[in-house]
This record gives sequence, C-alpha cells and structure tokens, in this order.
Amino acid sequence: MSDNASRTATAHVHGHSEEDYLRCSHGWKSWAFTLDHKRIGVMYLIAILISFLLGGVMALVLRAELFTPDKLFLSEDMYNQMFTLHGAVMTFLFLIPSIPAALGNFMLPVMLGVKDVAFPRMNLASFYLWVFGAIFFLMAILLGGLDTGWTFYTPYSTTTNTAVIAASMGVFILGFSSIFTGLNFLVTINTMRPAGMTWFRMPLFLWSLYATSIIQVLATPVLGITGLLLIAERTLGIGIFDPARGGDPVLFQHFFWFYSHPAVYIMILPAMGVVSELVSTFSRKPIFGYRFIAYSSIAIALLGFLVWGHHMFVSGQSALAATVFSALTFTVSIPSAIKVFNWLATMYKGAISLETPMCYALAFIFLFGIGGLTGLYLGALATDVHLHDTYFVVAHFHYVMVGGTLIAFLGGLHYWWPKMFGRMYNEMWARIACLIVFVGFNATFFPQFVLGSRGMPRRYARYDTEFVYFHQFSTSGAMLLGCGLMLCAGVLIHSLLRGRKAPANPWGSSTLEWKCSSPPPHHNFDWPPVVSAPYQYDHIVYDPNHQGYVEVEDIPEEEDELTNAPVESHS
Amino acid sequence: MSTTTAPSSEVAPSEHSDGGHDDHGHDPFLAHHFGSAKQQFDAGKFGMWLFLVTEILFFSGLFCAYAVYRSTHPEAFANADQYLDPMLGAANTAVLIFSSLTMAWAVRAAQLGQKQLLVRLLTITLSCASIFLGVKAVEYSHKWDLGILWASNFNPQAHAAHSPALLVLSIPAMITVVVTAILFGVGKSRKSEIMSKFWGCLLIAALAYFGGVGLGLTVPVIEGAITGEAAHASAEAGHHAAEGAHHAAAAEEAVEHAAGHATEHAAGDAVATTAAKSGSLEAAAIEQAAIDRTYTGIFFSIYYVMTGLHGFHILIGMGVIAWLLYRSLLGHFGPRYFGPVDFVGLYWHLVDLIWIYLFPLLYLIG
Ligand code: HEM
Ligand SMILES: [Cu+2]
Repeated sequence: MSDNASRTATAHVHGHSEEDYLRCSHGWKSWAFTLDHKRIGVMYLIAILISFLLGGVMALVLRAELFTPDKLFLSEDMYNQMFTLHGAVMTFLFLIPSIPAALGNFMLPVMLGVKDVAFPRMNLASFYLWVFGAIFFLMAILLGGLDTGWTFYTPYSTTTNTAVIAASMGVFILGFSSIFTGLNFLVTINTMRPAGMTWFRMPLFLWSLYATSIIQVLATPVLGITGLLLIAERTLGIGIFDPARGGDPVLFQHFFWFYSHPAVYIMILPAMGVVSELVSTFSRKPIFGYRFIAYSSIAIALLGFLVWGHHMFVSGQSALAATVFSALTFTVSIPSAIKVFNWLATMYKGAISLETPMCYALAFIFLFGIGGLTGLYLGALATDVHLHDTYFVVAHFHYVMVGGTLIAFLGGLHYWWPKMFGRMYNEMWARIACLIVFVGFNATFFPQFVLGSRGMPRRYARYDTEFVYFHQFSTSGAMLLGCGLMLCAGVLIHSLLRGRKAPANPWGSSTLEWKCSSPPPHHNFDWPPVVSAPYQYDHIVYDPNHQGYVEVEDIPEEEDELTNAPVESHS
Repeated sequence: MSTTTAPSSEVAPSEHSDGGHDDHGHDPFLAHHFGSAKQQFDAGKFGMWLFLVTEILFFSGLFCAYAVYRSTHPEAFANADQYLDPMLGAANTAVLIFSSLTMAWAVRAAQLGQKQLLVRLLTITLSCASIFLGVKAVEYSHKWDLGILWASNFNPQAHAAHSPALLVLSIPAMITVVVTAILFGVGKSRKSEIMSKFWGCLLIAALAYFGGVGLGLTVPVIEGAITGEAAHASAEAGHHAAEGAHHAAAAEEAVEHAAGHATEHAAGDAVATTAAKSGSLEAAAIEQAAIDRTYTGIFFSIYYVMTGLHGFHILIGMGVIAWLLYRSLLGHFGPRYFGPVDFVGLYWHLVDLIWIYLFPLLYLIG
C-alpha cells in the first residue's frame, strides 16, 4: 500500500497554479459581470432553484386544494391561475434551462478541455435574458395572473383578461436566452475541441448537450414568432388566429407544438446525458454502445421535430395527418429505448456502487421507463382519444419531466457538487432524501394514471366524489415528495457549510472535469489537457491519502482489485 | 513499474506561448480562450451561420401563416393586389441588392486592409438601408392615409386623407440628422478626425433617408407618366376601395354575418347559401364585399407583420454596420482580422434575401 501511495502521490492535478474560480476574485461585480462559464453556471443554478421552489410551492398548493372534491381554499379562477403559473414557471424557467444552462454551462468547457465557451459575453447575456424573462413572469403574476394554461391556446388567450401579454413577452425573452445557450454550445463543441478530443471521445453528456442545442436553435425561434403574433393579436387585433377575421386558431396550436414538442426533448436529452455519465462511472465499466447512445441523441433531436401533431389528435386535423403523426411518434421510442438498453447493458456485470448520484440514475431509468411507455398509449390514436386531456396525460408528462429530468438533474447535481463547490455532502442523508423523493414521486403520480383512465379530466379544480381516494393518495404523496426535496436541499446546504473538502476525483470518474482540482481553477486548464477515450477506468485507482481517485499510467495485474476499491470506504 | 500520467508541465512551455490566457501580446483581438486567430474566426463564422438559421426559422413561421392563408383565402390575396405598388417594391429590391454588393465588397476591402475604401463602402451600404426605409415610410404612410391597415382596422377609403403620417414616421430620421450633424460639428471643432468622419458618414446615411422618401414619392409619378394613367399611383386602388367601402358601409349586419361564417373555410359556399336564403343578389354582393374586406384585412396583417419585422432587422443591421464603420475608422480591420465585417456581411445578405422573398410574395400576386 505504501508503495502504491508514493507512486500516486505525484499524480498530477491540472491547473494547480491558479486560485480556484470561486476565490480568484471578490465582490459582487466579479460575479455580476463575470464572463467565466463556471460562475455563470452557478448563477443559473441559483436562479433555476429559486424558480423550482416557486413552482414547487404552487404545485403543493394545487395538490392541497385537490384533497377535497369541493372548494377547500382556492376559487376556480385562482386554481386556473395557479396551474398555469405552475406549468409555465416549471417548463420555461426551470426545466428548459435546468441541466443545459446550469450544469451544462459549468461542465461543458471543462469536460471538453477548453477554457471557456466560444462566446462568453453571449453566455452572460443569456443569463440576464433569463432574468428579464423571469421578471416578465413576475409582472404577469402581479398584473392579475394568467389563466390560459402554459400552452396559451387561442382563442382563449386572445380574449381572457389576464396578463397574457406580459407572459408571452417573458416566453419570448426566455426563448432568446435559450437560443444563446444552445448556439454557444454548438459553436464551442464544433470549433474549439482541443487536439485529441475527437467527436467520439467526447463524454456522452456533451453529445446530449449537442443534440439539445440543435433543438434549442431550430425550434425556439418558432416559439418566438408565435409569442410575437399572440402579442400583436391582443394589442392590434391582427386576426391571424381569429376565426372571425378569417384567421385560424389551430394554426396557433401547430406553431406552439412545433416548438413545444421538441422542447420536451430539450428537457429530457440532457437528463439522458447525465445518466449516461452516472451509469458508467458507478458501474466502473466503459459505457456499452457508446456510438449508439451518441447517435440516438441526435436521432431523438431530429425525429422530435416530426411528431408535434400528436398533441392535436382531437383538434381537427385530418385522419391522414393524425395517422402519420402517430406513426412518427412511435419511431421516437426506438432511440429512447436504445439508451435504456445500453444503460442496462453497462450495468450488467459492472462493479456497481450505490452512491447518491447512482441512486438517482437508477430512479431515472425506472421512472423514465414508465413515462416513456405510457407515452405510447398517448401516441396511439385509438387510446389517445380517450386519454387526451385527462390525468393520464398529467401523470405521463410528470413521469418524464419530474421522474426524468428533475431526477437526473438532482443526480447530476450530486455528482458534480464536489467539483462545483469543492465540498462533499453526507452520503447517508443524501441517499435517504433520494429514497423519499422516489417514494413520494410515485405516490403522487402513479394514482393519476388510474384517475385519468377512469375519466378524471385535467385542469379541473372540482371533481366527482368517486375520485376522492386517488386524489387524496396523490396529495399525500406530493407532501412526502416535498419533504424529500427539502431534505435534499438541507443536505446540500449543510455540505456547503460543514462539508469535508472534496478531492479532485471523488467518484473515480474518467472524464476531463475530474482532472482539474475541485473546485476548478479560473481557466480550467493552463494547457490543453491530454485527451484519451472516455470511460476507461483501468488506470484510475483509489488513493486513501487523497480520499479520492488518482490516475496511474498502467496497473500491474496483481493490483487489479484496487480499481474496484469500495467507494464507501471514504464516505 | 508504472509511472504517473505524463506531467503536463513538460508539454506546457511550448504550448503556452500560443495558447496562454494572459498572452495576447501579439494579437490584440484574440480572446484569451481561443487557441488561435483561425479558431476564433471559425467560431465566429459558425456562430453567425447558426444565428442566421434561427432567423430563417423565425421568419418561416410567418411564411407558414402566409401559405396557410393564401391557400384558404386566395381571393383575399387577389383582392389585396390592387393596394400595393410593385414599382416601389421593385425600387427597394434594387436598393437592397445593390447594398448587398457594397457590403460584399466591404468584406473584400477589409480583407485587403483598404481602410478608406472600407469606410466608403460601409457608408454606402448604410445609406442604402436608409433609402430603403425612406421608401417604406412613404408606402406605410400612404396606406395609413387610405385606411389600408391590418385586419380589424382595414377600412379602405377612396381618397387619401391628408394626415401627417409621413412626417411622423420621419421624425426619428430628422432627429438623427440633427444629432449627427451636431456631433459632426463638435468633432470638427475639436479636430478629432475619427469623430468627425464617423458622424459625417452617419449624417450622410441619415440624409439618405430623405432621398428614399423622395424616391418613394417620385416613382409613382414617373410610373403614371409612362403608363399614361393618373399620376397618383393608388388612384386605381382608391377607386376599387371606394366601391368596397360603399357596399360594406351599406350593411353593417352583413359584416357580422360574414364573420360568423368565416370559420368555414369555404367562404364561397357560405355566400351562396345566404344569397339563396335572402333571395337577393344585392345582399349577396354586399356580403361578398364585406367578406373581401374581412379577409383582405388578414392579408394586410401578414403584410405589416412581415415587412415590419423585416424593417426591424434592417434597423438592427444599420446599428451593427455603424459599429463596423467606427471600428474601421479606428483601423481595426486588416488581413489578419476582419471577422466582424465578414459576419455582419452574412447577416446583411440574409436580410436582403428575406426581402427578395417578400417582394414577389407580397407585391406580385395579382
Ligand atoms: C418517449 C416518448 C414520448 C411519447 C411517445 C410521448 C407522447 C405524448 C403524447 C402523444 C402526448 C399528447 C397527449 C394528449 O394529446 O393528450 C404527450 C403529452 C405530453 N408530453 Fe409526451 N411523449 C413522450 C416523451 C415526453 C417527454 C420526454 C416529455 C418531457 C420531458 C414529454 C412531455 C409531455 C407533456 C408536457 C405533455 C402534455 C402536453 C399538454 O399540455 O397537453 N413527453 N406525450
Ligand atoms: Cu409531443
């Protein structure tokens, strides 16, 4: 052992010469005007967590109201506003920027081995656009709320007297924020990869961000123009969506879903990328079918553009169009399933260690499985006609968006937390929080499948007494879920205050971000790092002196067991 | 015995000199996070192309709306044709195509480091943009005076009202002229070459706007002289409009009725049924006029949204070209660094290209 320790003691940690990014400069200005992608990532992280808190509180209020079939404390109007804002805040302010703009911003340049994204100023602008967009959302709340649903369907959105203009303006601005992030990522990955970082040596998280960025760049402008037209409709009465003037309200739905279906992949693709990293790292095995996973991200991104009509099966589209959209919808499940099977194959015979991030990854695979499979019922014409606009849909998209994106986001957050803030958290409590979230989530949303298939429509404040049991089950689950998330927040805050200092590589991961110190130095790498294929774990061994993993060039046969050293031993 | 990973410090000294973050001594325009000027250029160019893709998608929503309404209400488009003057559209098309030429030439001048030529070409490009806006202002104000507005406000009149619309639209240009002239004077008196040249060029461009207004006002006159028709370009349009207005005003009720049927995509059927019911051809004619009016209004909604957004892009383009002008006066561009001129050039060509689609789709549909 002592021999081993001396051998690895000289292991090199890149970037040791500089102060880390958190301490290299001080004062609020050094944050507000920073061009450092890491600080921008951290600001994004704080911003989206605040939005998540806001949206989460609204969710709990909604669920609380639904505890009884009759009015508990929310009027019908208030209820409408509440679910609209919950949906809009969660999708536009939280889910869409969550993984790409917070975790991605921080990690993409480091994982790629470069000093920053291609356009640091645009990156900062993207953050401030997000802030502006959020302010417009707040304005919408103050101006009397919004009750159109997050989908803003016309003609209702052109006639309601709630703050549609402020909210659409917000969506428009947030769209640009999202476009800036995506554009920056595409350019960074295309033109800045250092020598040795070939396309197929990129970590899969980067592939997923690449695919996500394609969607952000191609779909978001259409949302932008839709928002503008809606605003023009309300202010000038241009009539494009108004049947009384020859306009067509269904055109709005086409425009909206042309963006918003691809947008669900903006939410889920980065989550899949995170899970690919987690599964490989915590199975200590090269990812199975690297190229398939990489290509399937791109395939999902492209196919995702062809299926928007499945939201409009009952909006009066032609039978032919509906059939084609239905068939195309099914094709998306192929690349999705490829990923799931590859994760399972990676775990097969791997040395799985159940650290917190891995617990989240496993939860993701299970929940996304349910979410994805129930999507097939909605994509099939015969069943969707019955399930459309019921709680079945609500359950389906919560399984993908919460069970998928949120869970993966939390997994990624726990995984990269030591890197971002240089502190470890309490493993045990973090795992307990994960378990509570998992149980609470299923208790909340599984009953909703039953509710929906029995005919409970979505977006209703009052309901028939026959549904009481499942609604109460769901509300209780939601409270449990809320507690789990609070515990999770507590664990992370505790780590910031009291956490043990994190080593450069606490999990034995093989990608570049773990080669610089925790937290990374201001410029990530002083020199272009040496890049080899990702997901090779042979030369990464646990070193008790560092309480973390270090690299050795090659391992003699007899020391093989070192590679599989139990990770628990240092937690 | 195995060794540790190759200590990168051995590699560092050689690579540091061209990639080091604090080491921009030899190239003031190379950002620290790029490895080389070429990489920086490639990144900028690719970024600009992607941005153009988003622009295309942004407009494609409108082109989609256009296509949908053109297929569901072809009669509205046929009817709208009379209100637009293709010669003005053509004049603007020529101006923009010419500005694309000068912009492309400006890129070349930047690459060759021909500073003075670059400044001149950018000034011409900027002036062309101004002329374009001047012509557009004439068109918009004329439509305003004739009541040819978007859907809910589409109410064509026989004779153009005399409103100060053109004057109001020209206020920003007038302010720009005054401000640039003052700053030009200040620059002169302070003997600051860069300042006086910069504001001088902008002054020229601002004045070009009024050239555009002049062009917009004379084209119809010349047109009239050649074809021998009434000098006023829209006299014909006004005539048609008068008929429409007459019928429509006759039956407010008919408008509502028509509107009620508007959801049915077969407007013709609706008319036929109603006509049969009322048994009066006159009523049918009135209703037809009302329908035309309703739907033609939609055409103008699309017209204003498309040309308005395009005009907004022209304005943005003018802003960045002015910025280029300033930087070229400072002598920033040369064979080693010309990226921004190149990228703005791409943007400008796209703005032109969109107009090249808008022109036939909006003006040449008769
Ligand atoms: C795995 C493949 C998926 C399939 C086959 C699928 C299918 C569908 C279908 C057909 C609907 C329409 C339901 C209806 O009309 O009543 C729907 C709704 C929805 N899906 Fe998915 N989906 C999939 C994945 C996702 C993902 C990954 C997300 C988000 C991350 C998502 C989010 C949503 C949302 C938000 C709605 C509700 C839209 C509304 O407000 O009506 N879906 N899904
Ligand atoms: Cu969809």
